[in-house]
Parts: sequence; C-alpha cells; structure tokens
Amino acid sequence: MLKKLSIAAVAALSLTAGGAMAAGGESHVHDVDFSFEGPFGKFDQNQLQRGLQVYTEVCAACHGLRYVPIRTLADEGGPHLPEDQVRAYAAQNFEVFDAELDDFRPATPTDFFPESGLEGAPDLSMMAKARAGFHGPMGLGINQFLKGMGGPEYIASILTGYTGKEKEEAGTTFYENTAFPGGWIAMAPPLFEDQLEFADGHSNDPHHVAEDVSAFLMWAAEPKMMARKQAGFIGVLFLTILTVLLYLTNKKLWAPIKGKKFEV
Amino acid sequence: MSGIPHDHYEPKSKGAKWVESRLPVIGLVYDTIMIPTPKNLNWWWIWGIVLAFCLVMQIVTGIVLVMHYTPHVDLAFASIEHIMRDVNGGHMLRYLHMNGASLFFLAVYIHIFRGLFYGSYKAPREVTWIIGMIIYLLMMATGFMGYVLPWGQMSFWGATVITGLFGAIPFVGESLQTFLLGGPAVDNATLNRFFSLHYLLPFVIAGLVIVHIWAFHTTGNNNPTGVDVRKGSKEEAEKDTLPFWPYFVIKDLFALSLILVVFFAVVGFMPNYLGHPDNYIEANALATPAHIVPEWYFLPFYAILRAFTADVWVVMFTSWITGGIIDAKFFGVLAMFGAIIVMALVPWLDTSRVRSGRFRPMFKWWFYLLVIDFIVLMWCGAMPAEPPFSTISLIGSAYWFAYFLVILPILGVIEKPTTPPATIEEDFEAHYGKPAE
Repeated sequence: MLKKLSIAAVAALSLTAGGAMAAGGESHVHDVDFSFEGPFGKFDQNQLQRGLQVYTEVCAACHGLRYVPIRTLADEGGPHLPEDQVRAYAAQNFEVFDAELDDFRPATPTDFFPESGLEGAPDLSMMAKARAGFHGPMGLGINQFLKGMGGPEYIASILTGYTGKEKEEAGTTFYENTAFPGGWIAMAPPLFEDQLEFADGHSNDPHHVAEDVSAFLMWAAEPKMMARKQAGFIGVLFLTILTVLLYLTNKKLWAPIKGKKFEV
Repeated sequence: MSGIPHDHYEPKSKGAKWVESRLPVIGLVYDTIMIPTPKNLNWWWIWGIVLAFCLVMQIVTGIVLVMHYTPHVDLAFASIEHIMRDVNGGHMLRYLHMNGASLFFLAVYIHIFRGLFYGSYKAPREVTWIIGMIIYLLMMATGFMGYVLPWGQMSFWGATVITGLFGAIPFVGESLQTFLLGGPAVDNATLNRFFSLHYLLPFVIAGLVIVHIWAFHTTGNNNPTGVDVRKGSKEEAEKDTLPFWPYFVIKDLFALSLILVVFFAVVGFMPNYLGHPDNYIEANALATPAHIVPEWYFLPFYAILRAFTADVWVVMFTSWITGGIIDAKFFGVLAMFGAIIVMALVPWLDTSRVRSGRFRPMFKWWFYLLVIDFIVLMWCGAMPAEPPFSTISLIGSAYWFAYFLVILPILGVIEKPTTPPATIEEDFEAHYGKPAE
C-alpha cells in the first residue's frame, strides 16, 4: 500500500498544475534561458538595469508599475542602482500629483512608479507572475522548478511575436501576434531595430531588448526572489541536517525494541 | 484517560503535589504524551503530527500576516503586495502561509485515506471519525475564505461561483446567498466577513482537534492490523504498546522534518506552483477569467459538482419526480455535499467486522480504485467542463458514491477475510523478531 499510495500522493500534488494549464490559449511561447531560473538562478544586475531603461523609454509611455516603489531600484537583489541615481531617475522621468501642493511635482524615490497612462493598457507590476507560459510536462507544470512558470518568456514572446498583419475592428487596430491568446492584440509592435542604445554596449537587437525588459519585469513582480531562494536553501539545508539527526535518534531509540544492535 | 492500562502520573515533589491537588494539569499532560501506542504503527500514522504542525504554522504565520493586511476591496490587493515587497520577511511569511494550506490538505487527504484503508473509522472510533470530518469541512471553509482575501481575479470569481452554489437551493437559495455575501454580489461586505471567519475558524478547528485527540486517546489508536491492544493487565498491554513519548514523538518528528525539507524547497524555489497566475491580477467584476478553477484541494468535489448536468438521466428523473424543484444545479450541489456526507457515514456503511484492509482481499482492490478515482476526479476538476472530461467526471462520481453506498455494505457480507494475527505483539515480532533482552 505504501508504494502505491505514495505514487498517488505525488500524482495528486502534481495534478494541481492542471489549474495553471487551463489559463493558457493556443499561443506560442518560446523558451528563453533566463539567468534567474532554477533554484540557483540569480538576477543579472546589468540586465535588470538595461530592462529598466527599456521600460522607461518604451513601455512607460502607456504601461504603469503602480505597485513598485521607485526606491526599490536601489535594493540588493534588484537593479541595485546607487541612491543618487535613483533620486535623479525619479525626478527626471516621472511627475506625481501631490495632494498637499495641489499640483504635480517631480517624483522622489519614496513614490511609486505611475499607473498606466493609456486606458486599457494593463499595469505591468505583476505581469511576469500573472501569465504562465509553460504548463508541462503533460500539464503538470513541474518544469517550474527549473524553468519558472514562463511569465517572462510570455512577455518576451509577445514583444517579438508580431507577424506584421493588421486588422481593424470597431475602430480599433489589432495586430496579429503568435504569442497572444486569440492571436490578435491591440498593442502596436513596440520594438524596432536601433530603437535605443545601452550604456554597457549590449546588443540592442529587438530580441535582446525583449529579454532584458522581461527580466526587469520579473524582478518587478518578484523583487525578493533572491532572498527567497536563499531562505529556501537555508531551510532545506538545516532541515536536512535535522532530518539526519532525527533519523539516527529514531534508529537508536527503536533498536532494542526491534531486537537490533545500533551502529553508526 | 485511556482505556489501556498504564502508569499514571504521581506527583513527588512538594510543589508538584501542591499544583496537582489544585489543578491536575501535569497529570493531564503526562497521560496525554505517555499514552500507550500500538508498537506496530507504520509510516502512514505520521500525518497526524504533520497536521498539528500545519495548524500551528498557519495560525502563527496568519496572525503576523493580519498585522499588515487590509480587508477592503480597494486596498486588499495592494496590501498583499505591500507584504510581499516592504514587510521584513513578508514574502516568506505569505508563501509559507499559501503553501502551508496545500501541505495541510495533502496531509489531511492522506490521513483520511489511511483511516479508510485500515478501518480506523470502525467501532469504537466513530466519534473520532465524525469529529475529523467536521474538522475537514471547517478546513475547506477556512481554505476557501482565505483564498478570497488577496482579492485577485481567482479570489473574486471563485467566491462568486462557490457562494452561487447556495443560490441553487430551492425557495431560500437567493436570500441565503445574499445573507452569506452581505449584499447582492461579492463585494466589500463579503471580503470583510470572510476575513473575520478566516481568522475565527482555525481556532474552532484547534478546539475540535483537542476533542479529536481526546476521543482516540479514550479508545486507543487503531493500528495496521486493526487488532485491539490487550487490556487485561498493564503487563499484557505493555507487550502490545510503547509510550507515545519518546518512541512515536521521535519517529513522527523525523517524518515531519523530512516532509518539511520538501516543503521548504517548494516555498523557496517554486512558491507559485500550486497557485493560479490569474490571482496576481486584481479582482475585476467586469472581466471574467477564461477558466475559473478552484484550489487543487477542492478539485475532486468540484468535479462531482459539475458532473451532474441536465442531460444526465438521474438528474432528469429527479427533476421530473420533484416537479423541477431539484434542477441540475441543485442536484450538483447535493452531490458535492453528499460525497462528503457518505464519507462521514462510513462507520455505519461498512458492514465488515474486520477492521484492517490488510486482511480483506476484495476490499483492497476497491479501495485502491477509490484512491485512483479521487485523483482522476481531481484531474477532471481542473479541466474544462466538456467531453471527454464531463463523462469521466460522471463515472468517477458514480464510483465514489457506489464505493460507500453499495460496495462497502455488500463486501462485508460476501467477502471472506484472511486471519489477522492474534495480537499486535505477534505482528510486530513477525516483522522485527523478538526485542533484545
């Protein structure tokens, strides 16, 4: 019974991913080998900084990041910008309405990123967690352990998934996109060749730009990812030691009862 | 407290005597943790400790989370993000609490199926079983309401669908639903009462857990053979049992620790595996998600709920005979609650006098099929309600009811059980040999 039911239990737990599976359409999401995948994965600080630049120069025109405080750009495990740069960044790029002044003023690090400027453009704060690109194998979603659940891949696939076709419906232009569920998206292709220059000289090819901003949005959605993985390792390590000690204690305790000698 | 003869606590020091003559609390604790426990308990008996641990973990992490959470439709979602981003260790607390619910339900399902296989529900442990079933129902209510609190899309729409079930009850349904929601639809009043009850119910569960433990400490534990501990004398009982402390405490802690290694790996490396991406989108009453899926631990019963559609003949017949009072929707609701009620009534539905499935050659296979059925239903619950899943759900639901209402009563009559060992001691020595002198 033990073996059979153990298999059953594992299967039961795995099945739950079926829930995640139901969310996807027939969209095509391509896998990207991000640096932050898997238990050992870490954010690439330079990539996050490039992604921030892409967000600021391209996405921010329409999309907000309303749950992300600007000050967290200075946090370790994130873009980790020096504080004076964060202050300058906030002031240069965003204006917020101040109720006390009854007027707009330049943003400061303690403010949040603004909300979406364009009606209908979703906020991107949790976008990398609110979409699942992968559901496998067999809909069990266990590849999350090594690959993540495909949120950033979904974003990168959307950004590079345009076929070039357009159609108009009820006064709105839709663009064909291979990654978007349903195939037609209202967002115009946002990326094109030589759109921006990176200070670190990294490739500004649209594919690389899409990956950089996807990585940045993963950080925006899960800013404590590195701390969480570290806590996971500490937990697993100490509990494993505790488990071994308890195993030996248990063995020694039961040895005389089971008519065995205890040897380590 | 226990019916098994054993040594009771005798206060020796002056201080202990002083306390014990006024409040026999040391004796109570002593008797509780020194309870004679059948020495042949196998690894399926460790889940009780896991469950106790889960309850404590959920209450502790939950109380801290409440310190930073705001139960208001405009603020709840943002307050969760505040916990995830700004509260020290908040992301770990929340992920522990989120995944803790899953560990809790995984443990309770294994615990329940263990009871079903080894006949732990049979006389004289019916009360333990019934209390356990009430705890399980309260866990489901607590889990469901907790999932609403982050106020994501799946929170909102899950709440809408599940409270809608009460609306299916004839005549009083609509008023009952409004009463439960505190208004015509899921809104701020709903969120607030769910928050209030999500805080309250775990303490009710804690109280019932004490009663659950009290009940089986009165009857003594069941064991893999289902054979009773000899209770003629203390010496006789000691051949079949060992005190809970230290033998089973250490064994259970070892198992718990091993399970927590896996749990921490999930929390640390894939904390959203068991969640739903849509719940990272704030609740929006104007946008229905493509698929509304409950948490994994509700899926088997959700599949039963959806299995009985208007084109199933049992449903058509019931609808016709009741003059349409029981329609397909209400039938589904009755089936879902019925599926849990038949499980609660199993002490009276199982007619076999042999407790343990180990000695029931036919029962075994039907039981394994029930476990498979449960997993298949779980899978169907996650799938869209369309062929072939609707048909599979229907067959799965039919088997669930048949197991409890037909197979168990008949098996007790037609099955020829094998002979269990005469004593627990005999079973234990057959595995391990005689204890060292």
